[in-house]
Amino acid sequence: MIPLTYFLILSAILFVLGAIAFFIKKDLITQFMSVEIMFNAANLAFLTFAKSTGSLDGQIIVFFVITVAAAEAAVGLAIILLLYRQKKTIKTEDIQSMKG
Amino acid sequence: MTDYFWLIPFIPALSTLILVLFGQKLPKKYVSFQACFAIFASFVVSLISFFGLLQTSHEHLPIIKNLFSWIHAGSFQADLALQLDPLSSIMTLVVTGVGFLIHVYSTGYMADDEGYTRYFTYLNLFTFAMLILVMGSNLVVMFVGWEGVGLCSYLLIGFWFEKHSAANAGKKAFIVNRIGDAAFLLGIFFIFINIGSGEFSVINQAIGSGAITQGLATLIAILLFIGATGKSAQIPLYIWLPDAMEGPTPVSALIHAATMVTAGVYMVARMNVLFTFSGSAGSIVAVVGALTAVFAATMALTQNDIKRVLAYSTISQIGYMFIGCGVGAYAAGMFHLYTHAFFKSLLFLAAGSVMHALSGELNMQKMGGLRKYLPLTYPTFLIGAIAIAGIPFLSGFFSKDAILTSAYASGQYFVWALGIFGAVLTAFYMFRLIFLTFFGNERLEPHAKEHLHESPPAMTIPLVVLAFFSVVAGYVGLPVVVGKNMDFFGRFLEPVIHKAHEVHLSLGTEWLLILISVAVAVTGIYIAWVFYIKNPKIPHNLVARFPGAHKLLYNKYYVDEIYNAMFVNSLIKGSETVYDHFDLKVIDGAVNGSAKATNFFGKVLSYFQTGFIKDYALIFLLGAILLLGYLLF
Repeated sequence: MIPLTYFLILSAILFVLGAIAFFIKKDLITQFMSVEIMFNAANLAFLTFAKSTGSLDGQIIVFFVITVAAAEAAVGLAIILLLYRQKKTIKTEDIQSMKG
Repeated sequence: MTDYFWLIPFIPALSTLILVLFGQKLPKKYVSFQACFAIFASFVVSLISFFGLLQTSHEHLPIIKNLFSWIHAGSFQADLALQLDPLSSIMTLVVTGVGFLIHVYSTGYMADDEGYTRYFTYLNLFTFAMLILVMGSNLVVMFVGWEGVGLCSYLLIGFWFEKHSAANAGKKAFIVNRIGDAAFLLGIFFIFINIGSGEFSVINQAIGSGAITQGLATLIAILLFIGATGKSAQIPLYIWLPDAMEGPTPVSALIHAATMVTAGVYMVARMNVLFTFSGSAGSIVAVVGALTAVFAATMALTQNDIKRVLAYSTISQIGYMFIGCGVGAYAAGMFHLYTHAFFKSLLFLAAGSVMHALSGELNMQKMGGLRKYLPLTYPTFLIGAIAIAGIPFLSGFFSKDAILTSAYASGQYFVWALGIFGAVLTAFYMFRLIFLTFFGNERLEPHAKEHLHESPPAMTIPLVVLAFFSVVAGYVGLPVVVGKNMDFFGRFLEPVIHKAHEVHLSLGTEWLLILISVAVAVTGIYIAWVFYIKNPKIPHNLVARFPGAHKLLYNKYYVDEIYNAMFVNSLIKGSETVYDHFDLKVIDGAVNGSAKATNFFGKVLSYFQTGFIKDYALIFLLGAILLLGYLLF
């Protein structure tokens, strides 16, 4: 049987990869994908802990996360699409209209 | 017949509400109809209630209608309750009766004014407030009316607010009244603390059963009377009334002659049990009244402004009413209030008619010889003047005589002598006014002469009606020399007037007193005739011989100037200092400072809002790491 720590390490690696990708990539779609990777890293951690404690809570939370992620993907992609129509770009450094 | 007496104040209130909400859209004709009709309807209800009251036996008095519980806080109770008793019934009749005639007169007098609707709204509102004042069954409701009439007085004095002097006169009236009202309010507080109720019936009972000491009663009575000196323009707070003549003339007739300014007299009569119990407070009232009666009359001697003469005359006549109340003859004081309402509003309205005829001329030196041009105004004016001068068989004679006789009977001969002296002056200045205005050679300005005309019927008919009442109103209170129990007015008021010990004069003394007061009235008129008809040079010679005295009188004893120097200027200076140092620096500093601080922090924080999504994400991430670190270690 594979030890639990392996799963957690994989989860951590996935999360860090997602975070790094978010910061070095320049277009919104890729950043969006890196956010999804971070979600799934978190999901993996939840499942690992659910398995280790034997309770169902972690698994339930994962379902919620998947649902929320799906909704977020729908809304987020729609926003990106509209943004592209308005600004003809999805590069984040070109979009600064929320500057205070 | 008295079931619906609570409608009396609410008909004008409803009319006011309609005029406030829809007045600007309603046609002028309808506005005047509604405003007059509301007061007329109120008058009819007052009459019905009055006759109902005549048939009610004394045990059922007063009739109280509790409209709703207003303030119930702990032991403090005040209901919106109205009461009907002889005193309030007389007042409602005067207010609505004279008020209706003045409303009708106003439709003619104000016909071309731009603020026509506004004027009638205020006038209706005033009537409502005045009726609340006289019908309230406790001090709190009375105070509401008291302040309400003060507000309407302010609004109507400053009715032509684009005129600087009118706006200032309104403010002066309001501020001077506030001083009196503060004392009045203190008196009410003392009553609530010591008696625990503001209901008149409860107060009267409590005083009767010795709930308060005589000293405390005197203190309360004096505080209430200071309130009355403000509203009723007595020494030392009379200074606002002459300036109040800046308002439209019908307003001067209604508010500043017939009704509002007599509210103080009504209040003293309403609290008569307190004043009688105190004893010394009554003497103060009588002395202040007598001094005011003479003092104001002397100021009326040299004025040239027709309305100002009448204003000083009003102050003087209210002084007489206070003499009556002060010597314990509350019924006589109220009787003078009632007759005065007719002849003084008649005089004001007639003066307004003269002004109307002369395109707004107020200066009597520029009138003269008007009697042939004003065939209706002249006789009615004359009747008013005869009535106020105290010539027998007209109303003013009966009421003034009742007061002076009571003053003599009470043993306060000083007060009586002042009253007699005031009566000479009254007859003199009234006939000086008549002779200067209607007799002698014409001294008119050319432009005034062009438009010289008698006033329209809307104005002359009220004059005739008021002249009629100025003649006959006195016959409800005949003196004792005519016959016993002929004083219907006094007997009607008996249930509400606490009888002090009464001194009965012998018939001979009564006759003598009447003769004296008639003699002084005739003397006053004769002097005026000599001065202004027979030998018009005398006044000029007198002025030349006593320039100091004339200047003193003409400038009204410099009282306004003295008050300005003593109180007004130092207050203004003090306020300016406070404004410069405290208001501008401390208060404005605090307000502006907090705004500046918010602005500064906002600017600093806005540096974090770069608009780059990655910066936000980075801060988010760092925050998450910090939180994690905090949770773990």
